[in-house]
Amino acid sequence: MKLLRALIPLALFAAVAVFLAMGLGLNPSEVPSPLIGKPAPAFALPQLVDGTVTGTGTSTSSNTTTNTSTSTGQPLSREDLLGKVWMLNVWASWCAPCREEHPLVVDIAQRKLVPVYGLNYKDAPAAATQWLRQLGNPYTGVLVDADGRVGIDFGVYGVPETFIIDRQGIVRFKHVGPLNAGVVRDKIEPLLRTLNAPG
Amino acid sequence: MHPADRTFHRWALTLLAAWVLLMAPALAPALAREAAPASADPVLENRVMRLSSELRCLVCQNETIAASHADLAVDLRNQVREMLREGQSEADVTRYMTERYGDFILYRPPVKSTTVVLWYGPAVLLVAGLGGLWWILRRRNRLAADQFDDDEPVAAPDGSVRADDLQGPR
Repeated sequence: MKLLRALIPLALFAAVAVFLAMGLGLNPSEVPSPLIGKPAPAFALPQLVDGTVTGTGTSTSSNTTTNTSTSTGQPLSREDLLGKVWMLNVWASWCAPCREEHPLVVDIAQRKLVPVYGLNYKDAPAAATQWLRQLGNPYTGVLVDADGRVGIDFGVYGVPETFIIDRQGIVRFKHVGPLNAGVVRDKIEPLLRTLNAPG
Repeated sequence: MHPADRTFHRWALTLLAAWVLLMAPALAPALAREAAPASADPVLENRVMRLSSELRCLVCQNETIAASHADLAVDLRNQVREMLREGQSEADVTRYMTERYGDFILYRPPVKSTTVVLWYGPAVLLVAGLGGLWWILRRRNRLAADQFDDDEPVAAPDGSVRADDLQGPR
């Protein structure tokens, strides 16, 4: 009995230590997204094609050059992408970690794991085009979010961010910060296998 | 004018000049306002700032959206302003924000099963601590005096007793 009593402080210490150790392992900058399992927010955005922003979407920023004469680059909306699994990669040419993760995005596109759409967040079209020319363009389409509105709808708070959206337009996955090989291998690839499974 | 008066005047002027020089840096922020409020309506601006100070900036997590200079905070402040100007309520704005960023954006998260410990944990710990203290003190009071050892002078290894150990109870 006396021995048990003496062990109480040790037990309390152990409990506190376990909780603190768990806290050390957490990343406080990773905010759980309320969007997971919910429909992706609606959007209709112009696309970036060779330095010009084409298609008039909901974004009405005055500093973007609009060129509706080209047949490519219609405004793209959430509805256009229903029926296929796709990845949304939020990036900007001013964002250093985007540069860091870019080879992985290129790799995903080259292995044809999933069509990757870019969301060019609060960027200048010319700088964005230059960036893609320099580092390679892995994107099936680049949506232009000049004023960051669609970014807010997606709950973006730190570029780069990556989402995976399923055939029904439901957000299934979100990663904040630069992608790394571990996340791609352990989270994205298994998820894509499940989502792309027939039936 | 008496010469002494003149000396006093000179002193007073020097002191005043020194005071102005010293106070200038402190006054500067009040004079140089960083950014004019985006809305000329002080009532609206007041509501925007009050609501924004309840929202956490997600880029710099220990700042409010009202206080932060981060780009996203500015955008979200504009969003709050726009929604309030359109006549939407504070609750509408809060719902808009939590739909996108989750309860994390709220400095005062709602009470629900996952946040009960957060809300009431400290009170429970306080009551438990006070209860424990009361119990220990009561038990100690009940112990007979003879359960404690007498205060004894402590002998050094060579058998001598230090003077301050002989002074009795302090």
